[in-house]
Amino acid sequence: MTALAVLIRRDIRIALRVGGGALIGVLFFLTVTVLMPFALGPDLALLTRLGPSILWLGALLASLLTLDRLFTSDHEDGSLDLIVMGRTPLELACAAKALAHWLAAGLPLIIATPVLGLMLNLDATATSAVALTLLVGTPALTFIGMIGAALAVTLHRGGLLLAVLVLPLSIPVLIFGVAASQAAISGPLPFGTPFSILCAISLVSFVIGPFAAAASLRHGLD
Amino acid sequence: MTLIDLANPTKFLSLTGRILPWLAGATAILLLIGLYQAAMAPDDYQQGATVKIMFIHVPNAWLSMFVWGVMSLAALGTLVWRHPLADVAAKAAAPIGAAFTFLALVTGSLWGRPMWGTYWQWDARLTSVLILFLMYLGLIALWRAVDDPSRAARAAAILTLVGALNLPIIKFSVDWWNTLHQPASVLRMGGSTLDRAFLIPLLVMAVGFSLLFVTLHLAAMRNEILRRRVRSLQIMQASQQAA
Repeated sequence: MTALAVLIRRDIRIALRVGGGALIGVLFFLTVTVLMPFALGPDLALLTRLGPSILWLGALLASLLTLDRLFTSDHEDGSLDLIVMGRTPLELACAAKALAHWLAAGLPLIIATPVLGLMLNLDATATSAVALTLLVGTPALTFIGMIGAALAVTLHRGGLLLAVLVLPLSIPVLIFGVAASQAAISGPLPFGTPFSILCAISLVSFVIGPFAAAASLRHGLD
Repeated sequence: MTLIDLANPTKFLSLTGRILPWLAGATAILLLIGLYQAAMAPDDYQQGATVKIMFIHVPNAWLSMFVWGVMSLAALGTLVWRHPLADVAAKAAAPIGAAFTFLALVTGSLWGRPMWGTYWQWDARLTSVLILFLMYLGLIALWRAVDDPSRAARAAAILTLVGALNLPIIKFSVDWWNTLHQPASVLRMGGSTLDRAFLIPLLVMAVGFSLLFVTLHLAAMRNEILRRRVRSLQIMQASQQAA
């Protein structure tokens, strides 16, 4: 247990230091959201209607952008080999790394959501619905994306390949995240139905993600 | 003859070399019978002659999912049993599966134009087949991104299995999102709703297309094995010249 806690603390500390790049995700999220009114026009009513979708898409892309930091730097300095060879089960170590990554790169996105919601003319209900669905949904994005990050690091190919592999797998999260936000804002569906399915997808990804990522690291590193 | 005997590529090549002509012949005969029966089938009272697109469209759509299943089995073969031909099977199946998926999309789109009045609808089934197509393309991209085949094989096997777990979830979520396509009518509880005049040609075509897949798959596996031999011979030659 202490080994995992140490791993989480170390990853967060590295991510928040100079060169860690955890906060670039938030900056990207902000920039994408600011770009949207330029593409769609400054019509506040339209932005209100599209706001939840814009925020979800921005958060999806922002969490994808930071994903390749999950294993690459550890692979470069050799600490990934130590983690793979260590006595802690690799599945748990992967889960701990993903949790640390989410705390450093995913949580800031949710904290930024109310400010961005204000800019997209969302009211308090809509903003809190989007923030709540992001709070439940972004861990799933991180844990599913971790599979792609592990594959990319074993193949020494990052970037576009990672995006091509991960984006189709994250479609269910996007669908239910946006559906739950829309249900909370305009109905007619109760908020609970899509929201509990979103929770279920997150829980499933907590199981599949670490196992698949650990398998790919174990088979791929040499 | 068990599966492990086929682990020797030379044995596999000689066995498939013997059965491939028979398979190809059976495929051609079945597809000809199926096409003839499909051409003779009566027009639908609502859809007219366009209903005949079904005989091509439905087998392609079935195979698009079946091929992913074959690749998942091959992925298990790679990761669990380390069967030497499993990654050859997985690699050879991916482009064929992508082609079936693409044909299902194209024929569906051509059928949709006269029936629904549009080539493309963001309907649940169409969308989930499109996502399946994207996943095939991602898998092919993964195979092509890495030059060492055994390393690429393990990565592709993990992605295939994750995809197999994820495809039902994607299917469910897209169904939930929007639906217009008719529900399944051949394989369903309480028997088929399809008339016998349509059902029999459809089944013949489905078996014919499945045999077509087996034929193409075995031929592609032979090509892949030979390609790898050529590659290792070339490497050997180059290292001899260097020495």
